[in-house]
Amino acid sequence: MIEFDHVHKRFGQQVVIDDLSLRIESGEFFVLVGPSGSGKSTLLRTVNRLVPVDAGQVRIDGEDVATRDAETLRRGIGYAIQSVGLFPHRTVAENIATVPRLLHWPPHEIRARTAELLSLLHLDEPGMGSRYPHTLSGGQQQRVGVARALAARPRIVLMDEPFGALDPLTRESLQASLKAIQRDTGTTILFVTHDMDEAFGLGDRVGLMLDGGLVQVGSPLDLLHAPADDRVRDFVGGTRARLRELAVRTVGDNMRRGEQADGDPVDADASLQDALGAMLSQGRDRLPVQMHGERVGAIVLADLVSRRA
Amino acid sequence: MRAAVSLALLVALLVVLPHSAAWFHAWQPDVSHPLYSRHSFFALTLSHVGLVVAATSIAVAVGLGLGIVATRPAGRSLLPTVRAVAVIGQTVPPVAVLAIAVPLLGFGAAPTLLALALYGVLPVLGQTMVGLDQVPKPVLHAADGMGYGRWRRLLDVELPLAAGPIMTGVRLSAIVSVGTATIGSAVGATTLGSPIVEGLVGNNTAYVVQGSLLVGALALTIDAALAAVERWIRRGQS
Repeated sequence: MIEFDHVHKRFGQQVVIDDLSLRIESGEFFVLVGPSGSGKSTLLRTVNRLVPVDAGQVRIDGEDVATRDAETLRRGIGYAIQSVGLFPHRTVAENIATVPRLLHWPPHEIRARTAELLSLLHLDEPGMGSRYPHTLSGGQQQRVGVARALAARPRIVLMDEPFGALDPLTRESLQASLKAIQRDTGTTILFVTHDMDEAFGLGDRVGLMLDGGLVQVGSPLDLLHAPADDRVRDFVGGTRARLRELAVRTVGDNMRRGEQADGDPVDADASLQDALGAMLSQGRDRLPVQMHGERVGAIVLADLVSRRA
Repeated sequence: MRAAVSLALLVALLVVLPHSAAWFHAWQPDVSHPLYSRHSFFALTLSHVGLVVAATSIAVAVGLGLGIVATRPAGRSLLPTVRAVAVIGQTVPPVAVLAIAVPLLGFGAAPTLLALALYGVLPVLGQTMVGLDQVPKPVLHAADGMGYGRWRRLLDVELPLAAGPIMTGVRLSAIVSVGTATIGSAVGATTLGSPIVEGLVGNNTAYVVQGSLLVGALALTIDAALAAVERWIRRGQS
């Protein structure tokens, strides 16, 4: 659990974080989203004390981070950044083993953990562990960056636009990997991005930050359906918000249970966006829905257009 | 490769020169002692190398230390001054440093060592600051975020990444020392410059040639060896 309690931060004359309070639950995937300069990265860095707060408290499981030894604190928190910052003089395996080594894990445990992470992040082609960072593609480097952040099994991971510099396909694949890992391990993730689609795709909850303050905190659907004010409405995309919503909601929650339809079925786990795509490509306005290979209902175009959850 | 060839040349000269009295006599028939014999060429070479190694070690210790201090947050305010001194210092010829050292320490190896060490500090210092400065900021940021302490970060991340440029500084420092140590024999140090100086004073061209050949081969060898070390250090880094 991470708590921000009336946090203030200014750089010189400029107020960067203005009396911000927020509580992030254990095991939650929380995304801070906002334009450049909104203070979201600064807020993230107050958690591992790369940025000290001017006033207020940041607490992890009830303990004020300012009272902890900075190095011990940081070794207990995963950290991944957009520029990755892999050590160019160290191999992939050595990069991943950074924090376990700082924590003096026994060598056989480090080796086992490194191998586990290489496969978890789909870096398992032969010889990958002994390659140097400059021989990797951008996507591979960021996978190593994420593996390095997860290496010592931290309960909290901070991620500052980790996928911002990647092409869309690589980004989607990494987002899926990260989401799956987070679900399996129950790690608390605080993730910063300026990309609304990324925020809605990843976050259990999303906090929209503007000018050093949180304008609205809630589930992706909360922000889409009930924007707190015009600034939120603009940021979530105005009329395009409804399109975003299709990406967030699933077929299973919006189908007509038990009804029949012709055509190639869509999965109940798929998003409404996928379902709409399937309707367009098949030229139909209703499609069958399947779950574990069984037909369970139908999804209807009229419902996508009219329904509000 | 280049190091092996230069070393072979140096060894060949050390073996052949002591037996070359006849050749030099044929070339300079009116010189009574055509082969320098006050010290063996081997002893001169050892003494020359010893002086260079001692001076370069001092230069590396001082230059590296100052360079590290000047790039720490607490020493940052010193950085422009240190950088200016390093640049201006480089424009003073080594001979001038030697001339200043003699009144302080008298004649012999001591003023030469001081001059070599002082002058040798500058390239190491300059290159240490360059190397530490060009460590990528994201790498430092990531190191901080993962819980490296200040010293640990310096030893594990910054110095290894700055090692290439620092090694360039060490090589420059050593090469300048090889040359300057030669002049050191003018103030009484025993080096490969001794036959050269004595030859110049006594109008004995043979001595000058013998000393020069050895100094040249030694400089090539040291430069090539340190260049090889530098390439090895920079391996794997694009």
